[in-house]
Amino acid sequence: MTPVRRLLVLLAALAVLGGAAAGYAAWAARRDPVPAQAGQTAQAGQGGVLRPGQLMFRTAAGRVAGVPLADTSAAPTGSGLACDRFSTGGGTSICLVARPGPVATTHAVILDRSMRETRRIKLAGIPNRARMSQSGRMASWTVFVTGDSYSEGGFSTWTGILDTRTGYAVTNIEDIPLTLNGRRYHAADVNYWGVTFAADDNRFYATVATKGKTYLVEGDYGRWQARTLRENAECPSLSPDGTRLVFKKRVSADPDRMWRLHLLDLTTMRETPLAEPASVDDQVVWLDERTVAYARGGDVWSVPADGSGAPAPLVRGASSPVAVR
Amino acid sequence: MYISASRAADGARPRSRLSWAVPGNVLALGTVSLVTDISSEMVTAVLPLYLTLSLGLNLLQFGLLDGLSFGVTALVRLAGGNLADRWQRRKLVAGVGYGLSALCKPALLAAGGSVAALGAVIAVDRTGKGLRTAPRDALISLSVPPDGLGQAFGVHRAMDTFGALLGPLVAFAVLMGTGGAYDAVFVVSFCVAVLGVLLMVMYVRDQRMPLPGPRSATSPRAAFGLLREAAFRRVCVVAAALGLVTLSDAFVYLLLQKRGGFGAEYFPLLPIGTAAVYLLLAVPVGRLADRVGRIPVFLAGHVALIAAYLVLIGPGWLVAVLALQGVFYAATDGVLMAVAGPMLPAHLRTSGLALLQTGQATARLFSSVLFGAVWTMWGSTQGLAAMAAGLAVCVLGAWSVVRRHA
Repeated sequence: MTPVRRLLVLLAALAVLGGAAAGYAAWAARRDPVPAQAGQTAQAGQGGVLRPGQLMFRTAAGRVAGVPLADTSAAPTGSGLACDRFSTGGGTSICLVARPGPVATTHAVILDRSMRETRRIKLAGIPNRARMSQSGRMASWTVFVTGDSYSEGGFSTWTGILDTRTGYAVTNIEDIPLTLNGRRYHAADVNYWGVTFAADDNRFYATVATKGKTYLVEGDYGRWQARTLRENAECPSLSPDGTRLVFKKRVSADPDRMWRLHLLDLTTMRETPLAEPASVDDQVVWLDERTVAYARGGDVWSVPADGSGAPAPLVRGASSPVAVR
Repeated sequence: MYISASRAADGARPRSRLSWAVPGNVLALGTVSLVTDISSEMVTAVLPLYLTLSLGLNLLQFGLLDGLSFGVTALVRLAGGNLADRWQRRKLVAGVGYGLSALCKPALLAAGGSVAALGAVIAVDRTGKGLRTAPRDALISLSVPPDGLGQAFGVHRAMDTFGALLGPLVAFAVLMGTGGAYDAVFVVSFCVAVLGVLLMVMYVRDQRMPLPGPRSATSPRAAFGLLREAAFRRVCVVAAALGLVTLSDAFVYLLLQKRGGFGAEYFPLLPIGTAAVYLLLAVPVGRLADRVGRIPVFLAGHVALIAAYLVLIGPGWLVAVLALQGVFYAATDGVLMAVAGPMLPAHLRTSGLALLQTGQATARLFSSVLFGAVWTMWGSTQGLAAMAAGLAVCVLGAWSVVRRHA
């Protein structure tokens, strides 16, 4: 090929490839409605959606909305708030939003009863879990942090806890002294995720992972220490009466069928598989003392928490459910 | 945009006995790497977001696949390097590597929400990267007179790093312009990758060496036989030993974060600091290596790394650690290829470089295991001190060996 002909081929290729890239991007831009400004808070007064008896969730468009728990097929009431993960309790809410940018960052936004922003904590990574304690005092969250490119491997989770009464925030709890199988444990690779607080706002449960294994841990916030209770239990969620946990248990190596929801009775330490046969990758929420809800396949489902019954769809096109009490 | 050999010399008068000119083939390979890195880093920047927020998957599931794909990549790298020599078709093998990675971009979309399929695509992408590195570096080393290799590799690595820095910015621009359409990022990335392959096909000249004697001269046995050459074996042993006491970047950033002193949201910016210093220093340090000797510069790069670990143990100055890391990469990554290239017979150049790179990568994998164990037993400061001491021993040992055989 002569240099001139080569140049012509290159220019033609640039035109075709550039046209294809620009054309597809333009088509994609028109196809998707422009999403809300992430983390944009609603006007005061729209907080009325946060009524007891409501089921709050994140819509497929990324907005927080609510329906009456007694009639989940009713038209949702929007709050105007854009979140990737949402949780609420005792009138205080936490909203995790991924911030757009060349590198991944997340903001944890704390909101009062009328959904007005009261605190904003800037974090690295991508939203994963958010939880507010029943009283509205302890907020916790988990983000995925990719310190390096994916081709190098190595994801880690950073789990944070905010005491909204004192304002004290820990952005990564992995320095908490840990007792594993009865012995004080030190390791570089500990990762925590999925925190759930008890009614006393001091005792909490979470997952810790190290050396390829996961453990259920019980933590004491005031004493700042944690100990493992058993192996293979992730994303615990404590029942309102504080006696049982629903968690996801790893049951398969097949990544598409990895977890099954289980109930753990904290007094007898007996576990029971729930009636949901599909793999669920979520931290469930308790709707009442007998039922849990979770996201699966782009919808929110519910299932009895004792292993009986069958899963039932609650809200289509939704995730991050939470019942307002 | 015809790339001429004199282009780099425009407006720059030679300041030393070495010329500033870089052969056209190196600039062509540098451009291919720049364009390909824009493409691949676009995907790297948005993939975790896409997997978690768009598909609702758990990133930890992908971590489980890491160890598995490393072994496959290492084998493919060695086999590909040897085939490139047997056929004397380095451009073809490198081109297949670039092509594989390009095809992975639409495949990511086609994989949908299946973790197994996505994991497979990511593994193929890495295989493509493993396949192309050794033939590409062999092409660079065969396109440049031996006295200018340091500079040539410096130019290539600077262009490569520049592409890696641009990628996330392009991805962000596409996401902003389309209102968050991840598929548009993958499609644009695919178009950019195809341009890279095309540039490779049209502008990179293959370097085909006449085979000396029978075909067995390029057999796998002959490739491993390179290790019987004392000089090359020494380089491999030194590189692997140093790799064993080199902390992975992820650990360095994690330790910086533990030291605190900066907001959690700035954590993802740390690799950019290192890359920027690497970009700025790759060419001058490569030229320096040509002038004062490549092995001294390579070892000095590891001294910079020792300094980085000492700063991390001591005052924990963020900027100093990132800058020293950048100096380390500038003084070692391309320079090591410039050290090894001239030691290898031209017809086995790819096999030899693949052997060296695989040995180094394997050693670094073990270093993470080693450091993790030391951290668990004694703590992170002791782990760092052990790595720094190990580096010092290896650098001194390597220096004395080199002095004896110089």
